[in-house]
Amino acid sequence: MATITASKLHAAAPHTSTRRRSNLGHVVSRGLFWALVVVLLIYTIFPFYWAILAAIRPDREIAIVKYWPDEIYWGNLKYVFDNGDFLRALLNSTIVSLGTVLVALTFGAFAAYAMGRMRFRGRTIIMYMILAMTMFPAIAILGSLYQMINAVDLYNTIPALIITYLTFTLPFTVWVLSNFFKALPGELEESALVDGSTPFQAFYKILLPLSLPGLVTTGLLAFIAAWNEFLFALTFTTQDYNARTVQPAIASFSGNTQYDEPWGSIMAASVVVTVPLVVLVLVFQRKILAGLTAGAVKG
Amino acid sequence: MSQQVVAAPVAKPKWRRWGGASDAPESAWGKARERLAWTLVAPSVLVVAVVALYPLFQTFRLSFTNQKLASNDPWRYVGFAQYEFLLRNDGFQRAFRNTVVFTISSVAIETVLGVVVALIINSQFKGRGLLRTAMLVPWAIPTVVSARLWEYMYHGEYGVLNDLLVNKLPQLIDWIPFVGGTLASIFPSDGIAFTARPNTAMAAIVAVDVWKTTPFMALLILAGLQIIPGDIYEASTVDGASKWQQFWQMTLPMLRPALLVALIFRTLDAFRVFDVIYVMRGVAVETVSLAIFAQQTLVNEDRLGQTSAASVIIFACIGILVLIYTRLVRVEEA
Repeated sequence: MATITASKLHAAAPHTSTRRRSNLGHVVSRGLFWALVVVLLIYTIFPFYWAILAAIRPDREIAIVKYWPDEIYWGNLKYVFDNGDFLRALLNSTIVSLGTVLVALTFGAFAAYAMGRMRFRGRTIIMYMILAMTMFPAIAILGSLYQMINAVDLYNTIPALIITYLTFTLPFTVWVLSNFFKALPGELEESALVDGSTPFQAFYKILLPLSLPGLVTTGLLAFIAAWNEFLFALTFTTQDYNARTVQPAIASFSGNTQYDEPWGSIMAASVVVTVPLVVLVLVFQRKILAGLTAGAVKG
Repeated sequence: MSQQVVAAPVAKPKWRRWGGASDAPESAWGKARERLAWTLVAPSVLVVAVVALYPLFQTFRLSFTNQKLASNDPWRYVGFAQYEFLLRNDGFQRAFRNTVVFTISSVAIETVLGVVVALIINSQFKGRGLLRTAMLVPWAIPTVVSARLWEYMYHGEYGVLNDLLVNKLPQLIDWIPFVGGTLASIFPSDGIAFTARPNTAMAAIVAVDVWKTTPFMALLILAGLQIIPGDIYEASTVDGASKWQQFWQMTLPMLRPALLVALIFRTLDAFRVFDVIYVMRGVAVETVSLAIFAQQTLVNEDRLGQTSAASVIIFACIGILVLIYTRLVRVEEA
């Protein structure tokens, strides 16, 4: 009896001690994990918070580091919205981005339909060409595009930007949309064909509405790419803001204060051009994630 | 460009809905469909040919000339003279070195951090969705804006990073018993002008790129993680494998294809870096990149031929990188 108890105790003792150790280890690793999550969250969000904070604090306070606003100061935002050049840049950016999206989606949807749902000679070559284009550095064609734009007298105009932005938005649009089209069920078009529709009718009456979510996602991604573009906008437009967009405007933004750099108004302008994007991205986050990672998983 | 298309090698099309098994259609109906297909594709092919293929061809051609942009001066073919000039030019060599340093350091850090962050998001915890949403914020912020924002945060006198480094962190660490005071004294007593100092400028710029791009990298790697079946972990846990062993022997090998795809796109993107460096430091020698060098040669010096030669070199480097990576992918698959 006594021996049994002893052996029981003996057997139980190491068991409890490992249990306790692993509990402690569990608590420590849980704690570390949460610390990591919090650090990560602060790391990703804090800079944007800092921009907003600077935008709503007066420039005279710029030399004082504060982590919380005492009051909301509207002067920077007011200055930004009274600034004719900046407003013009906002308008230009909107026209250029929407124009690019419209052209890329229209052309891209037709091509993607053929690429995703039809077989034809040359399809593979076009697919490779489009893939190559999506990896292609814009700087590689900067000089020759500049020359072409000059030759057709489009330097410093909005069409010049829309046309050149197609170099990166169109291949991307075709690629992502053809994946969307490919994923749609094929029976739909077949039944439309049986009902006597032409393939083209099958495309715009059945497939197009079904792929609307795909079009929205792709359009959004193309819009963001065009809105954020800097190199072409800087090179193909001038300071007169006839066509210059917000990115080069912010890069060279200067306020009207006596302080060395008008960070308040720079950050106000930055927040103004970023908030719409952040809102769009947060609203459509699921779709954007799906669009961005399309294909990566299959590889 | 801040945005990348993540394009895996095209899988063999599985659909056989319309048309025969081969690319070539057999019937008359097939012929009509082929005509339609080409009609649909033609506008895009035409646009790509005009705005990308033709300019690319022109870049190659111009790189062998001494053509200028603005003037109508006569020009001629100069053979490889532009390339020779560039390869011997100090400014170009510096830009090349800077670009390589930027590419290697930013891509390496982003990949390692990306894997860590992806593993964190992949585990189950409350607030996982919030973290994943938050990670999209740096990605959504335009590069120009993030460059200016960090420039402000880096400021030598009133930048928040210096406030943390000079005031807040030492105060916090001073609370640690015994060693706190010694540790706190390690921190600098004066602010560091991170972007103005030549020896910290490149690191400061890399840090901005890491902040902006790691979330994107992590989300790509996460997509790769999520296709790894969970039961293999259960089986190996039963067999007594530790988490650490599981990571090195199971997770990482299975992640390699996704990791390689992410690496390709990040490397290509990093090698053509322009925005972040141009906005933060312009053409300063310690950080000037190849793309900035090429753009400045065009805009400030009006040398179209030379810009084109520089562009061809960038293009060739990127081509070589793609070849190396695709070779790696093939080795993986074999």
